[in-house]
Amino acid sequence: MKPQSMIKVLVIEDDRETADYIQKGLAECGHVVDQAGDGKDGLLLADSNSYQVIVVDRMLPKVDGVTLTKTLRGNGNRTPILMLSALGEVEDRVKGLKAGADDYLVKPFAFSELQARIEALVRRAEPESPDTVLNVGDLSMDLLKREVRRGEVKIDLQPREFRLLEYLMRHSGQVVTRTMLLEKVWDYHFDPQTNVIDVHVSRLRGKIDKEFDQPLLHTVRGAGYMLSEPD
Amino acid sequence: MNTENLTASKQKPWQSTKLYNSSVFRLTLLYVLLFAGSVLAILSFFYWTSVGYLTTQTDETINAEIQGLAERYRTDGFTGLRVQIAERLSRQQPGESTLYLLTDERYRLMLGNINQWPDAQADPEGWLDFELNTPVRGASANRVGTHMARGRNFLIGNRYHLLVGRGMSELQEVRQQIVRAMIFGVIATVVLALAGGGVLRRSLTRRLEAIIRTSRQVIRGDLSERVPTRHSGDEFDELSDNLNQMLSQIQQGMDGVRRVSDNIAHDLKTPLARLRNRLEELRMVGSDTELREQMIDQVVAEADGLLATFNALLRIARIESRGKREAFTEVDLSSILRDLQELYEALAEEKQQAFDFDAGQKIVIEGDRDMLFQALANLLDNAIKYTPRGGVVGLRMLESDGETLIQVCDSGPGIPESEHDNVIQRFYRMDESRTTPGSGLGLALADAVFRLHDMELRFSNNHPGLCVTVVV
Repeated sequence: MKPQSMIKVLVIEDDRETADYIQKGLAECGHVVDQAGDGKDGLLLADSNSYQVIVVDRMLPKVDGVTLTKTLRGNGNRTPILMLSALGEVEDRVKGLKAGADDYLVKPFAFSELQARIEALVRRAEPESPDTVLNVGDLSMDLLKREVRRGEVKIDLQPREFRLLEYLMRHSGQVVTRTMLLEKVWDYHFDPQTNVIDVHVSRLRGKIDKEFDQPLLHTVRGAGYMLSEPD
Repeated sequence: MNTENLTASKQKPWQSTKLYNSSVFRLTLLYVLLFAGSVLAILSFFYWTSVGYLTTQTDETINAEIQGLAERYRTDGFTGLRVQIAERLSRQQPGESTLYLLTDERYRLMLGNINQWPDAQADPEGWLDFELNTPVRGASANRVGTHMARGRNFLIGNRYHLLVGRGMSELQEVRQQIVRAMIFGVIATVVLALAGGGVLRRSLTRRLEAIIRTSRQVIRGDLSERVPTRHSGDEFDELSDNLNQMLSQIQQGMDGVRRVSDNIAHDLKTPLARLRNRLEELRMVGSDTELREQMIDQVVAEADGLLATFNALLRIARIESRGKREAFTEVDLSSILRDLQELYEALAEEKQQAFDFDAGQKIVIEGDRDMLFQALANLLDNAIKYTPRGGVVGLRMLESDGETLIQVCDSGPGIPESEHDNVIQRFYRMDESRTTPGSGLGLALADAVFRLHDMELRFSNNHPGLCVTVVV
């Protein structure tokens, strides 16, 4: 597993327990976390320090999450923001994203989900390589020709499988959750009652890993999937 | 329950209200007062007209008499007047009670049937009311003591006083009679009205008592109690019928809530118990890290399942309570269907099920794309779950009789027609499917979403299997 580099995170959350839970989890992953208990302190910290990700609760004393996000964006702060909320309806999410948040996570959440999303946000904020070819190990994807090869072998993929693999390759070395795949690859926010995503991933695995010695697509227990180079 | 309620519910319905608190009593009292008042008014009017009329008549008679005598004086002088008075006195019929008194300037008796000038002050027109010690002949002859009389003083030739009057005893008697009648009338009215009011109160009370008794039963928790009706179609029956209907509605609602909460309790208790047991086991597990990890995964999965159930419940509640179309946008149903196919066909293929798909015509509606996807995905999930290996699952959009229909069909065991109305209820699961995983909320959530979009959910038999039709 490729170790994630240290991420500097600001957590703005008035619920002490949730904030500590997030801080403890992230610290265990080697990240550095600052905490703010209300929107005002959060704004001060966000303005005076440079964070790589800001996790902000939607409901906050003094300045609420949506206003805080709008203020930061208005000040030209482009730090990726992950909004947490107990409200999961579409209009709530749309409001959060419209205010300038980059991602939206409904409470309660699995820690692995939060971690995966934070790491994905940091990756996305890095200047995207202008490459038209993605490489993970001996797997390569030509975005212009829409061609996938493993070593010398050409692999045929359905359009959606291509998008799934592209997302996994762009986030190689990172855990990607099932919900993230549904949102980013299928573009739907919903709770599948069955393991429908697993079926698609295992089909993809059948195409890119089955005939080869070194598996690239791994299942991360309790979290999701990760595409990574062999050790 | 507090003590106040306890004592109140122990009492009989009408003991708990004091007499003057009873609105029936107050109404009765009002009715008695109104009734007595109107009787009094009618009698007063009668008194005023009759007594007034009699008084006026007396005055007119006296005036006429005086005029006649004055006429006589003018033509025949004082002697003529005297003759006339004497004549009148002698001619007086029994029963008449005209009083004459002619005196000189010093009020000394000259002629008349009263022996002295009455001791009373006359008003400016000469009218005076006085008492007589002797009975006036006629109607008042049988009476003893003083007698009321009324007369008018008339000055003749600036020397003689002529008093013409009439005994007022008769009028007095009439007046007293009328007053007596009035008093009696009012008393009788009050007594009758009270009696009538009592009867009224009793009958009203009886009807109300039935309602109060029933409501007491209901308060104690017996929702099956109903107010008895007489089927007479009166206001009380209408009230009782309405109350009964209301009670039925409430009972139905309560039964529904009870069923749902029973089901929630049952469906959540099992995974909670499992969760607890797993945690206990976890404590007993030694240092086998692999096993620990596995068990922790199971515990987390169990908790996630519980959370998913609560989320679904909350979502249904939110969808149901929400004002419509807050976040609706234009949505192409056929493209949602194509996305569903793309996502779920693979799942069906895993179970070697044929996926019969037709996206139909492009149709754009106002709606919530994610919610519609969720709802249809729930239907498809069920279809794939309940269809055995090698079966057929269908997802189609079609036009029929001008209606756009989305059909999700399977070739599974189906649902008996009698259960079609029940399946959309929260936590409803047929006994056979109790063992398969699932929250029992999928259809309820789908139904809530479709209703938010003014769509209708219908169930039909697919011979074999079930067809769920969404009428757009």
